[in-house]
Amino acid sequence: MWERIAEELPRFFTYYNVIFLLKAMFTTFLLSMIGCLLGSIMGGVLAILKLTKSAMLLPLRAVALVYIEFFRRIPFLVTLLLIFFVFQAIGLEMSVFAVAVVSVWVIATAFIAEIARSGLESVPAAQWEAAEVMNFNLLQTLRTIILPQAWKVILPPAFSFFVMFIKDTALASQIGVVELTYSAKVLNNKGFSAALAFGVVLLLYYMLSYPLTKIGAWMEKKLDIS
Amino acid sequence: MTYLSIDQCDAFYGDQKVLECVTLDVDKGDVVSLIGPSGSGKSTLLRVLVGLNKPTNGRVVLEGEEIDYHNKRSLRRARERFAIVFQQYNLFQNMTVLKNVTIAPVKIQGRSKKEVEKEAIEILEKVGLGEKLKSYPEELSGGQQQRVAIARSLALKPEILLLDEVTSALDPELVNEVLDTIRLLAKEGRTMIIVSHEMSFVLEVSSKIAFMDAGKIIEVGEPHKILKNPDTDRAREFMGKILRH
Repeated sequence: MWERIAEELPRFFTYYNVIFLLKAMFTTFLLSMIGCLLGSIMGGVLAILKLTKSAMLLPLRAVALVYIEFFRRIPFLVTLLLIFFVFQAIGLEMSVFAVAVVSVWVIATAFIAEIARSGLESVPAAQWEAAEVMNFNLLQTLRTIILPQAWKVILPPAFSFFVMFIKDTALASQIGVVELTYSAKVLNNKGFSAALAFGVVLLLYYMLSYPLTKIGAWMEKKLDIS
Repeated sequence: MTYLSIDQCDAFYGDQKVLECVTLDVDKGDVVSLIGPSGSGKSTLLRVLVGLNKPTNGRVVLEGEEIDYHNKRSLRRARERFAIVFQQYNLFQNMTVLKNVTIAPVKIQGRSKKEVEKEAIEILEKVGLGEKLKSYPEELSGGQQQRVAIARSLALKPEILLLDEVTSALDPELVNEVLDTIRLLAKEGRTMIIVSHEMSFVLEVSSKIAFMDAGKIIEVGEPHKILKNPDTDRAREFMGKILRH
């Protein structure tokens, strides 16, 4: 096997192939990045919604609850195919990339909502009461008192979710998104050995997720209050 | 006209009635202490006054103005006039001492930061914490944290201060530093409602004592009378138990 890889190497790293791989890597990056970013925003909104108590928002809370419970329980591939076919059925012209982004967004929203909720709930209820009797409203309480204390609980699982999701975006290759895993398949089909093609892609995945872990650790340190 | 009148208030925790027909009058400058066994509704009464528990029945009238706890504006106004200090201090863990004291007056009441900080420093010096402005709550002892909590509520300029078992969570040797602070406030003529188990302290600072049991006020009166010679059997039994030692 090693001989074969050594023999293939010069042919593998041609200008064209390198650009092809980097583009695929960028697609994986964008897919995870946009999906998780939008998912974090929506997830945050759902988590905050679940904290509210007013009767007026009860229907919205119910929707949030069902959404979170539902989408955390179905596999990413199923969501992906579902959204792919739903968009086709309603005649919405969307690129496979857009479909994949929406799928990541949908799933990330559900997971981040749950991570954020448990983080927010880790702050003792007494902190809310102290704020409430001083006339802080919900958003003031969250911004100045609860979130600064909740970050250190929210960030570690959130970042491990992001890292996990970079890997799960490989499934987008199933609907034809040219991301890293897809590019490895293409190169494999072109005749390069699977060990080489997937080995290189493996390293590229690592290069994407390692800095993310570092950023997570840095943010934890930066936001640590004490 | 009575300054603060609590009139036949009921309150529930879930299905359980925790306050029943509670009636209490407080005059300006009064220090009213609530005593009684655990679970008798003392803390609940304070929580009702600041709207953390909503009264289901009865009225709370402050200077002729009835507080409607289900009306946002009325509740907001009530919370400007009452300030509560909790047993567990409940300082904001992510803020320094000074920030804990200044955040609400600046952010919520919209007062000038400079002026509030100056006042906050004066208050913190008064409670003996002028050196701790930049400390975080977790760096302080329980007694110090509780004094910060008292300073925080004073900075809000409330008309009535509610103290909910403020020494119960403290180590015995830290109790006095907090009691001294409260003595100081009593001397200044602040209107306070105090829930406490420190009987000799209660006897010393109170202008009036209410004995509560099972969600009701059983007996109200002059401190010596309630502690030493109450009219009701229930109060006599309670005092007998706690004052024997």
